[in-house]
Amino acid sequence: MKLSKDKLADFLAAIPGKTVFGPQLSGETLRFTPVTRPGNLCPTVNNATVPPKSVVFPQTETMFRFEQGATDIRTAEPSGETVLFGVRPCDARAMSIVDNVFFWDVDDPYYLIRRTNSALVGLACLDPCVNCFCTSMGGGPASTEGLDILLTDLGESYLLEVLTGKGEMLCQSAEKLLSQASSADKEAAKMLQEKAAAQISRQIDPSGIPARLPALWESPIWEKISASCLGCGICTYLCPTCHCFDMQDETEGEESRRYRTWDSCMFSEYTLHASGHNPRPTRRERTRNRINHKFSYFVDKFKVMACVGCGRCINLCPVNIDILDILSQVGEQAL
Amino acid sequence: MGCKQNPLLPGKAIVAEIRQETPDVKTLRVVAADGGELFDYQPGQCAMVSLFPVGEALFSITSSPTRQGFLEFSIKNTGMLTRALHEIEPGAFIGVRGPYGKGFPYDLMKGKDLLFIGGGIALAPLRSLINYCLDNRHEYGKIEIIYGARSAADLVQRVELLENWPKCTDTHVYLTVDAASPDWTGNVGFVPAFLEQLNPSPAGKITITCGPPVMIKFVLQSLAKMNYQPENIFTTLEMKMKCGIGKCGRCNIGDKYVCKDGPVFSLAQLQQLPPEF
Repeated sequence: MKLSKDKLADFLAAIPGKTVFGPQLSGETLRFTPVTRPGNLCPTVNNATVPPKSVVFPQTETMFRFEQGATDIRTAEPSGETVLFGVRPCDARAMSIVDNVFFWDVDDPYYLIRRTNSALVGLACLDPCVNCFCTSMGGGPASTEGLDILLTDLGESYLLEVLTGKGEMLCQSAEKLLSQASSADKEAAKMLQEKAAAQISRQIDPSGIPARLPALWESPIWEKISASCLGCGICTYLCPTCHCFDMQDETEGEESRRYRTWDSCMFSEYTLHASGHNPRPTRRERTRNRINHKFSYFVDKFKVMACVGCGRCINLCPVNIDILDILSQVGEQAL
Repeated sequence: MGCKQNPLLPGKAIVAEIRQETPDVKTLRVVAADGGELFDYQPGQCAMVSLFPVGEALFSITSSPTRQGFLEFSIKNTGMLTRALHEIEPGAFIGVRGPYGKGFPYDLMKGKDLLFIGGGIALAPLRSLINYCLDNRHEYGKIEIIYGARSAADLVQRVELLENWPKCTDTHVYLTVDAASPDWTGNVGFVPAFLEQLNPSPAGKITITCGPPVMIKFVLQSLAKMNYQPENIFTTLEMKMKCGIGKCGRCNIGDKYVCKDGPVFSLAQLQQLPPEF
């Protein structure tokens, strides 16, 4: 199928009863927010600063409300269906990876509702950024994992591939806006996708990393890697596979709420006991935990690495700590 | 969705009774607000206790499931939430959700002699199992309890330690304090040294220990010296936790979440994990 770009606004408008989120600038930050004017969408520039996990796992979300002194607890579980438009393949894969955590053992009720009620319309990356390394992590600029529809930008139009039943439902309401894709269109999309994959210059073979990490527990590399770390937490906040959260109570006037909010294993308070004991007292232990969690513990538990190679932690680190550099060091250390 | 389906929503509870154990430890007896049972649990399991709108934290359940109708939590005044919990009065409304984690393997302990080694507030999780075993006395062998506190005034569950437990069949309580007061006639010294001095035989014995991280570390070293086997030593760990259901991330030791895979671990299991607790 094919969707002409001048019909994109109509396509989004034709989706009944769902809130469409897409990458839009708020200030200087590109993030997934509700689309009110399709003209504001920025699907073709670089990937969003804030990954679309923020739609199904909001940075801050109310869990329940209660009044001071009252014994009534009112849940604030989410409702409504969403469509995430313009999701990059790496971020869609990341959401499938995070599903493992929220659906492990006991379902997380808040995430479950938001995730089940969301559909993902992806956009193939045709101009990967300098620090992208998705092809090393089992994905690619046109990977379809986690997506319901994949769009590939052909210039005047998008090639539209329906991948799931959810994707099919989205197209049903917009059938009149779509045209048949020719074999030339498909060929053109394939070439663009292959060209993009070839453009990704940063590569690593991470297959040996999970096995090497336990032996490097006391290695001096952790001290070296973390020496310049400021502990700002940006690498985890904006990581599409990071899922850690804090829970706090807050009062405004008569009403209070318990909310949860993104947290980071790079913060000292994250593991600080009330007694003052901290099992991960310095940035050395916290950096070691971050890398071990992504490339060893997560693999032990869920058989997949918690990294999709989106490059955000490299692009955004204020002191240029580079996860690929860390992985290279892990790979090269004598055991 | 109501309480039953949403695991992050606390159940409503009322503080029925408060006992001042030591200058900074209180035991709260908690009942379900609707008069029923909050939930079934096993010795060693934990629960999240909420005081609105201060917050929520994980506490081990110190009561034994053999004594029904209530839950008890021994709480040391340490941080923001525990300070607030120390200020409430009987009748206060709180939230409780759980139970979380795996309890002590009390079936595996049947027929064995049991050695409990505790320090400070960490008697709380041990007490649940001690009372469970004493309420099923015929199923367990000799019970020895070594317990230490900073001073005589800091001994928690004083009535049980000094009066009730020593009166039970084949049950022995050995107490020590870090610093003696004029009225203290018992042992003075740290728990690991006291353990080595008492030198109980490891034969046919299962050891259950809990205390401050530094005490656990040295107790485990002493037990190794005394030829106790790692698979016969159990401890229960504490970590900062938020969700209790393996999502929020922070309570991991290696790939194990203390809230799901713990808090009870055998030393043999701990030896397989990174030394990060």
